[in-house]
Amino acid sequence: MRLAHHLAVASDLIRGDCIEATEFPDLAQRYMVMAVPKTVVNERVSFEGAVPEAEFVDAVLRAVNGTGADR
Amino acid sequence: MGILNERDRASVTEELGKLAGPVKLIVFSQALGSEYCIETERLVREVAECSDKVAVEIYNLHIDREKAAAYGVDRVPAVVVEGARDYGIRFFGIPMGYEFTNLIDGMLVASSGEPRLSPETLERLKGLTEPLHIQVFSTPT
Repeated sequence: MRLAHHLAVASDLIRGDCIEATEFPDLAQRYMVMAVPKTVVNERVSFEGAVPEAEFVDAVLRAVNGTGADR
Repeated sequence: MGILNERDRASVTEELGKLAGPVKLIVFSQALGSEYCIETERLVREVAECSDKVAVEIYNLHIDREKAAAYGVDRVPAVVVEGARDYGIRFFGIPMGYEFTNLIDGMLVASSGEPRLSPETLERLKGLTEPLHIQVFSTPT
């Protein structure tokens, strides 16, 4: 979560939402949140778990680099 | 009885002593029926009491529609953490437990406008041309 907010500060093009899954079951269901943290980017890329910064940025940028397949 | 106990307040006061500038916590809530909204408002007010650099604004999602649209908020409770400008830091749901640490961290980074990221990350972000909406789901514990 920390990374999403720091990225948001770093770029005007980025917004970082921290969502409490149990309070928004509709969203948790829509994005198939089975484990947390789960990160969803532009509704195209998603990944589970806390990952190191470089890996997080790789995954996030995949959402706009045209290879937005989930892993 | 507050949400934060005396020890919490002392540690929040110490953390917020590191704020580099003013921060605004903008809460979107609704008047009726949501325990989460009431708790979020209380929590945010208690946090704000720990530093004179922190201001609070509370809006109603259904009444203050223009504000909600301007901040891209469509559900409650929501907290926008704003520094010198709106950087895009949002919390949906009461920021307690694990998220509380992130709320404080979000306030610190918004106050300075200086993210703690590696030079490589900052370099890579320069190539960004499209908006990115990052949603991170978590649970309180």
